[in-house]
Amino acid sequence: MSADVAHAVIGNDAVRIDREACEAFLLHEARLLDEAKFDDWLALFTLDAQYWVPSQPDQQSPHDTVSLMYDDRRLLETRVRRLASPRIYSQEPRSRTSRIVANVTIEESGPAFVATRSKFMMIEFRRGEQRLFGGTCFHRLVLQDGTLRIRLKRINLVNCDAPLDGLVVPF
Amino acid sequence: MMDQRSIATLGHLVQPARVHRSLYADPAIFELELERIFGAAWVYVGHESQVKNIGDFFCTQIARKPIVVVRDATGELQVLRNQCAHRGSMVVASDQGHTDEFQCCYHGWTYHLDGRLKAIPLQNGYPQDFNPKSDKTAMLRLPRVTSYRGFIFVSQAADGPSLAESLNHMTTSIDDMVDRAPDGEIEIAGGVFKHTYNGNWKLYLENLCDAAHPWFTHRSSIDAAQQQKDDVMSDGSGEIAIRQMRQNGAPYSFWESQVGIWTYPNGHSYLGDYHDDANLVAAMNDPVFRDYIAALEAKQGKEKTKKILEVRRWNSNVYPNLSFMSQFGQLRVIHPVAVSRTEVHTYCFKLRGAPEQMFRNAISFANIVNGTGSLVLTDDLEIYNRIALGLSSEGAEWLEIGRGYQSDGPAEHGGRKGKNSTSEIYIRNMFDAWLGYMTGAHATSAAREAVA
Repeated sequence: MSADVAHAVIGNDAVRIDREACEAFLLHEARLLDEAKFDDWLALFTLDAQYWVPSQPDQQSPHDTVSLMYDDRRLLETRVRRLASPRIYSQEPRSRTSRIVANVTIEESGPAFVATRSKFMMIEFRRGEQRLFGGTCFHRLVLQDGTLRIRLKRINLVNCDAPLDGLVVPF
Repeated sequence: MMDQRSIATLGHLVQPARVHRSLYADPAIFELELERIFGAAWVYVGHESQVKNIGDFFCTQIARKPIVVVRDATGELQVLRNQCAHRGSMVVASDQGHTDEFQCCYHGWTYHLDGRLKAIPLQNGYPQDFNPKSDKTAMLRLPRVTSYRGFIFVSQAADGPSLAESLNHMTTSIDDMVDRAPDGEIEIAGGVFKHTYNGNWKLYLENLCDAAHPWFTHRSSIDAAQQQKDDVMSDGSGEIAIRQMRQNGAPYSFWESQVGIWTYPNGHSYLGDYHDDANLVAAMNDPVFRDYIAALEAKQGKEKTKKILEVRRWNSNVYPNLSFMSQFGQLRVIHPVAVSRTEVHTYCFKLRGAPEQMFRNAISFANIVNGTGSLVLTDDLEIYNRIALGLSSEGAEWLEIGRGYQSDGPAEHGGRKGKNSTSEIYIRNMFDAWLGYMTGAHATSAAREAVA
């Protein structure tokens, strides 16, 4: 079931997080990624965040099946730090990406959290080749100090189980 | 174009300590490799745990040829060409599954699990000599199929050395995989990575025992991991990844003093273990590993457990298409697609009777070492791509594989040994096998050194 509005409670104040607010947040996130502002992107995540790109459709767990990417907060920090390295050869030349985020719905909400579902398409161009990725994103967003933060981001790629060349830029 | 007449030319392309660039770049040589190496050698196709029960099957390829591996009605393992005898269509279209029979979707020709024709519609009207019991109306069986402790190999050559003769001492690496399971059995589990690159298939095995590349190729992930604060939240998976990346930063002095490399006939080799992080691999102080040792001792006894855990190998490469590693239950299968296009499938193994956390650790390890989105593997794939781009130029005609050449020496069990792990002895060894398959010459390093 989806809802148009989620209500969060911070302290004694009820806070209204509507679909538009979630969509604005997801568009902001996509923009940071397209502009390669990865440190700013990392700052959107909570300190106990998980970032997950399963390798199988309907994958239940990141612990009993391999994942294209599965980062706890510690590995996510390392992934982002590596992206800034002048010696990340798989990003020499750098990828350019262009993302569209759409069909945003609120799937679930509760005190201080919202679970959203959205569709995305991403074009990646690098060294003369253009790749197209698409799929469904699930964000578990939480309110921290009055700001939305990502507790969990799961990206279900349409072609998650296809043979793929290396994936370096986060989705 | 290369053909039968140019065997002498092929022989010239592999010289002591160097090989010709065309071995990685010439489409005609690639086609010959499919025929003479992948069409003759014992090629790994899968594991028996993928076809446990009668009717279980999975599909794969040998080079570009589709095959189906199936447990037939009598419980026997069959490896069939995935091709209808009628009009040649691929019969089985699912990656894996369970069935009583195989049926072609074009005209309904139906086959037993051992490939024999079971039924056809419209039985009238065929020529007089039409025989539904002959090979001509069957899904053809591959000529030779042999399984060693659950590892299924196929040779498309009707005769030649047996699997045991071909593997020789490398069976001990497979033993090392299986013996580590407290219940004496391992199974493929945890899904598969399928990663691809625009480069030659040989580059992959050449990189897996290359102890001289991590310091350079993996610099970005080594630096990022070394700078990572350890008090940041991890559920254990990131910790394993970061420890592994840091291990890749071991200095050359470490690789040259602490790690060995061994090679065996027919192109096989293994690299010694290189981990000194007591929390990362088989380490007595790791609580999960202590539980595991207890489980192994309970089933196998203390003496045997000690012997099992004394084997410390990193990647074992079985030429031409398999690499595996016992300590984290990893296995890679190389599929050549075109001269500059390769697909690699990687799997995890679960040790029966071991603590569940061991397998979770294997999954975390797979993500960082074999993952399509790994912080490590992606730089390896970039190197393979760049080698192919570089070799499209005729500039560097001969490629150096000579590091350690003067110091290769004999090892036990008919093997040879590099002075240390930065020796390229295992690449020279693979090209010895390459020459043998491609020209029938069966040259050996020792013989060529004697000439040189």
